[in-house]
Amino acid sequence: MSDVLILGPQYRTPNLREALASAGLSGPVATITAGWQEREGELGALEEHLGQRVRDLRLYERAEGVLARDPPLHEAYRQRQADLLRLQEIYRGRLDHAKAAARDLLAAPDDSQITRWARRDAVATLRRLDATHLRMIERVHERFTAHWSATLQPLIAQQQAEIKHMIDEAQAVCIAGGHVAVLLNRLRLFGLQRLLRGKPLVAWSAGAMALTERVILFHDHPPQGAGNAEVFEAGLGLIERTVLLPHAATRLALHDAARVALLARRFSPAACHTLDDGSLLHWHRSRLRTATASLRLLRTGGTAAVEAAA
Amino acid sequence: MSEPDALSAAAAPADLESLQAVRQSPIVDPGGLTFVYRGAAEAVRLRLWIHGLPATQPFERSGADDLWVLRIEVPENSRIEYKLEIVRDGREEWILDPLNPLHAEDPFGANSVAQGHGYARPEWTVRDPRAREGALEDFVVHSAALAGERHIGVYVPARFRRTRRYPLLIVHDGLDYLRYANLQAILDNLIHRLEIPPLIAAFTQSPERLEEYAGHDRHAQFVAREIPDLLQHSFPLHPSPAARGLIGASFGAVASLHAAWRHPGTFGRLVLQSGSFAFSDIGHHRRSPTFDPVARFVNEFRRRPGAPAERMYLSCGIYESLIYENRSLVPLLRQHGIEVRYEEVRDGHNWENWRDRLQSALTWLFPGPLWMVYE
Repeated sequence: MSDVLILGPQYRTPNLREALASAGLSGPVATITAGWQEREGELGALEEHLGQRVRDLRLYERAEGVLARDPPLHEAYRQRQADLLRLQEIYRGRLDHAKAAARDLLAAPDDSQITRWARRDAVATLRRLDATHLRMIERVHERFTAHWSATLQPLIAQQQAEIKHMIDEAQAVCIAGGHVAVLLNRLRLFGLQRLLRGKPLVAWSAGAMALTERVILFHDHPPQGAGNAEVFEAGLGLIERTVLLPHAATRLALHDAARVALLARRFSPAACHTLDDGSLLHWHRSRLRTATASLRLLRTGGTAAVEAAA
Repeated sequence: MSEPDALSAAAAPADLESLQAVRQSPIVDPGGLTFVYRGAAEAVRLRLWIHGLPATQPFERSGADDLWVLRIEVPENSRIEYKLEIVRDGREEWILDPLNPLHAEDPFGANSVAQGHGYARPEWTVRDPRAREGALEDFVVHSAALAGERHIGVYVPARFRRTRRYPLLIVHDGLDYLRYANLQAILDNLIHRLEIPPLIAAFTQSPERLEEYAGHDRHAQFVAREIPDLLQHSFPLHPSPAARGLIGASFGAVASLHAAWRHPGTFGRLVLQSGSFAFSDIGHHRRSPTFDPVARFVNEFRRRPGAPAERMYLSCGIYESLIYENRSLVPLLRQHGIEVRYEEVRDGHNWENWRDRLQSALTWLFPGPLWMVYE
């Protein structure tokens, strides 16, 4: 299992250099910036902050190249993305209703046993919906893999060898934030789950979300819609029993006890941890070793500083 | 400027001394607006375009000879465009309010703007220096449908990449949306904020809009076939109807609905702002003859709406005479399975009203990757 340093957003007040130093990682660093999409590999600010040159694995560019070489594969890939999008829309519609019911019950002043039962069941309904959605997503991925892995494997073999070589040469791999779906797709496409195993990792924002077991999308104040947190996909699973919430200070209504309580209960037993400027969590051998500037969402609706496991 | 509360309690304006000291008009309070004009005149009148209120309202001379005052009650969050009518030597002259620095421009000139209590210009309508600017390119369409050349402006978003596929938004009265509704900066801003995806926008401008936008089949052919055909040779456009949109205001909204209706399955997204949707349930409509072809189309549309688009955004100002027509359209669209978002606002038939709705419209029809991006 990898050692992972989990950070908050890095563009305003970066603490990546301090994080690497705190873990004794002073050697060469490789980066994954696929979440930046077309800006992948624009490493000037990062290198300036670190005071060293870094090598980017160029997963976004590699994926574009792979897909461009095989138009039928590219079309099937697009179709898979369209299917996933449709699945997400259906799930979002169902979630709207289930979430409204759960929120009403959690906010109800009545605390009779009947209401408590109904609350538990409303949250259980949400959890079932989340779990079903995740299974359906996996089914779409499995169908794609079953049809296309034989085509895909020779196309990515050379790329995988290059990526593995770059990872082997680095002391640590940094995974930047950005578009979490784009990032996750590229990590999956090149089998990074296997290639990163055992390598010290530093990941922030979307990069850290992609390493968890379940990627949860959230925004309490979007320009449209109810702002219901939603399960997006399974992540690489290198960070267990944890939901990571970057930019929580601006994206979440942390003062809204009903919202916070529902989020914490819905994803329990995973712990919901915020990641904002200055956050640093050290994930070591399947547990949190140290934690700085991160809040845990409580089932009661409040928040508390994240504490490392004893 | 005098304190707003000094004027809020009663219809009568504040005392003469404080009115004489006024440097900016109108004075805004939660219940209304007090307009002040200083200058020699035989009469001063407020000219405004609010459906339901008289088009002309007289100021009263207040004490000193050259001080004129008018208070009107206005609901919160209102935005009103107006001019002052000054009568001197028996002659009437319409002028911008000399005590009001706020102006709104439109194809006919400019009006003064009164922002009621609670209204604030949305911050996303002002260019954000952090937002990367898209480019505007000029294209010539050789239109068989319209038998001639038409120039269109094409907005290409910052960081455009040929490897991506982009939604296409076709904008009726495109140059007006650029000039008077600041649409280019708004596209840059909303893309920067991840509220809409990077998209290609085509800005068309008709030389004969009252004819071509009034339910004109050849213009619909130009919009639905010729513009997309030309652009898909130059840009990687997403082919899905969900990634094709039309937007228009006033007659432009009629043209948008008509083009989508005549070419079903082409456009999945429509923005219809203050549509001039004249119709009659029986007999003849009550608007000018310019609206005859519009009413023919809208009447036909109301009989058999079909499926012009999957999702539509409609808006109308409640100070517009068109509010009845727009309200009437919404249940009809919904009954036919179209997803509709409809907004009414305290504003009139003008470009700043349409500007202020663009975030709501575009994020509804083309939601961006905000949910997906965690930098």
